Amino acid sequence: MSEAAQERPARGAGGLTGAKVGTFLAKQGILIAFILFMVGFTLANDRFLDPDNILGVIRSSAILGVMALGVTFVVISGNLDLSVGSLMSFSTIVVLDLHDTLGPALAIPAMFGLTLAIGAVIGFLVGYLRLNSLIVTLGMLSAIHGLTLTWSGGQNMDIADKEGTWFSVFGQGTALGIPVPILMFALLAAVLGIVLAKTPFGRKVYAVGGNGTAATFSGIRRARTVFTCYLISAFCVATAGLIQASRSMGSQNTVGQGMELEVLAAVILGGASLMGGSGTIFKTVIGVLILGFIQNGLLLIGLQFYVQFVVTWIIIILAVWLDIAAKRGRLLSPIA
Amino acid sequence: MTKPALRLENIVKTFPGVRALDGVSFEVLPGEVHALMGENGAGKSTLMKVLGGIHQPNEGRILVGEEPVVMTNPLEAKAKGIVFIHQELSLAEELTVAENIYLGELPRKSFGRVDWAKLHAQTNEILKKLKVGFDARTTVGSLSIANQQMVEIARALTVDAKAVIFDEPTASLTDAEKVVLFEVIEDLRNDGVGIIYISHRMEEIFKITDRISVLRDGQYRGTLVTAETTEDEVTQLMIGRSLDLSRNHEHAELGDVALEVRGLSCGDLYRDISFEIRRGEVVGFYGLVGAGRTEIAETLFGLRAPSAGQILLDGQEVHLHSPADAIERGISLVPEDRKGQGLVLGMNCRDNMTLPQVGDLTAGPFVSDGAEVAIFDQYRDKLDIRTPGWRQLVGNLSGGNQQKIVIGKWLSMHPTLLIVDEPTRGIDVGSKSEIHKLIRQLASQGYAVMVISSEMPEVLHVSDRIVAMYHGELIRTFTSDEVTEDSLIQAISGIRAEGGGKAA
Repeated sequence: MSEAAQERPARGAGGLTGAKVGTFLAKQGILIAFILFMVGFTLANDRFLDPDNILGVIRSSAILGVMALGVTFVVISGNLDLSVGSLMSFSTIVVLDLHDTLGPALAIPAMFGLTLAIGAVIGFLVGYLRLNSLIVTLGMLSAIHGLTLTWSGGQNMDIADKEGTWFSVFGQGTALGIPVPILMFALLAAVLGIVLAKTPFGRKVYAVGGNGTAATFSGIRRARTVFTCYLISAFCVATAGLIQASRSMGSQNTVGQGMELEVLAAVILGGASLMGGSGTIFKTVIGVLILGFIQNGLLLIGLQFYVQFVVTWIIIILAVWLDIAAKRGRLLSPIA
Repeated sequence: MTKPALRLENIVKTFPGVRALDGVSFEVLPGEVHALMGENGAGKSTLMKVLGGIHQPNEGRILVGEEPVVMTNPLEAKAKGIVFIHQELSLAEELTVAENIYLGELPRKSFGRVDWAKLHAQTNEILKKLKVGFDARTTVGSLSIANQQMVEIARALTVDAKAVIFDEPTASLTDAEKVVLFEVIEDLRNDGVGIIYISHRMEEIFKITDRISVLRDGQYRGTLVTAETTEDEVTQLMIGRSLDLSRNHEHAELGDVALEVRGLSCGDLYRDISFEIRRGEVVGFYGLVGAGRTEIAETLFGLRAPSAGQILLDGQEVHLHSPADAIERGISLVPEDRKGQGLVLGMNCRDNMTLPQVGDLTAGPFVSDGAEVAIFDQYRDKLDIRTPGWRQLVGNLSGGNQQKIVIGKWLSMHPTLLIVDEPTRGIDVGSKSEIHKLIRQLASQGYAVMVISSEMPEVLHVSDRIVAMYHGELIRTFTSDEVTEDSLIQAISGIRAEGGGKAA
């Protein structure tokens, strides 16, 4: 019997006490909030539940979603990755630039190679040198931004001949009537979901994040595991950059700016703990969709685009609070 | 008769599906040291949480002096004069002693400024009573654990304490520090404070307490007068039978030398250590904290590089650079710190048990569920691990069952050498004897076992040979038939034997 689950004191004899309602709200809070939002949006605007709108939301969530898949690994291993937005800008600019010099068939693997190399640097610093991931990836956020600007000379990057290339297929194509970005998101989610849930490596990620010392004492090579998580994150970022570049066929240097927080929001909304050791790919996908639908709904009911930054932040705070409250067994804790 | 300082009447506390406290009543008199004993899970922690205002009882009353009290949080408990000295210290390390003691109630001057002079004067007055060697301005982080505990006690003395509760206070203290603590407890007793003393250590209980109350399965089992009872009687009350801690004289058949260590040194931590362990043999390492025993184990497990010397496994020299290396060579370590080093508490029982070999339990690229469950089931039955199922999170098990999961984890790897560091620390008496039995069984099954323990009865009970260490040196190796308690104590105090017994 879990001690945490028992913490709640029974106050008075009333059947449905405040504490009980609180615990229920805390455990199911995000889902309830999501349903309320959906009902509200549907009532406010009948286009919300339109299949085209739904498909559109998923498609525009795909880039964020792909990045969130990789960050899920990093977060479960007990670390953070705040460099993904900046790294996505880098990937996008690099692949667009190389497209015109090397051609798409070489540009794509070259961009993946460079992005993975940066991921390897982060993985080395956090995994092998055991530096704090917050500091390392915050620094990398800025460093990679500088690298991107140096590469592009500060200019926007455009593909010269937008009609004569098959490169647009990743961002704009469809297969079996489904947009390719959604297919890539779904495929990557399926593969990474299985890697995390079913392979020895996935188990090691949970162990390292749950208790790194105990994992080491069990013969798990902690540094290697963390390193690999950052490589996976970089691979996902490269994929996201590919979709982004292919969708717009041109880009600013700042296309991924701020996405690191949205990605983290989706992962936390999905229920992964920032302390490491818990979370799943499936939950992260749910988190991504919640974020996407709420942002879409806010636009449809006519709120200014910029309002969603505020609302997103409120949702994150709510999610973190409810997560902690569920663990404590009550909404407000008397002990700090 | 004197009025009790603190009195519990028929306390009942239920959680969904569990009756954690089932009508517990006992009382602490002013000027009495009252031991509270019971196995893990007997209800001690729940009872303390009730006293601390964290849980509210479903039935029953708590009386301080004559007055019934209701407490809904720890601050209210403190205000009523019930003060806790916790096992895990809760001090702000960067602040001074005075700031910690009066945290939240610093004396003020006008405009809300802190009255430092008054603060330090008040603090030093309390510290003088405790006869400690530091003053109000010392930074808490610079103090030893024992002195930090003194700060906690000083904090307790700032209120008009009716009852002070010590929860396993000696867990991380040296013998000398314990003496100081016991003096402080004695002083508190003389001041007429009622003291509840929680500990697993019989030796201490019999040294400092006046009465002993025992809980079992959430029920009050009775109160014994310390001077009129025996360890055996207390144990019987706690577990319903007595604990066998007799000397080990049953030796398993010895096989080949599994581990040989030659001239192993590691800086100042230990020097020129040589010994061997055969298959079928349990070698106990006994010494004071800091004698270098754990550090040797860490070297054998690839966690700490030696500065000189050789390690031979089955006659082959090995170089171990990481636990992964050591595990591959057949060395396993059940670490001292079960929760910090042994287990991933948020993971389930099965996944913890199979963690070192999860890379080998595969079907294609995937972890094989069936293979994992098979291993778990096998060792659950073999070690009698009590858990509702493998999905149970390890953090929810009792200490004894947690330790069995760690032992099962390594047995399932079929190691050449099993190192067990403090096998029964923080484990209740009942599970203790099971783990002792298990260690003897392992020897008879042909394992080479190295046991590190700070409890002499335990070392004597499980070992075939005993290595005594002092300040990083191996003083002497005894066989279990020749060893005496006196000679062992002399050896770990650095006194080498005058002839007789082989010097290491």
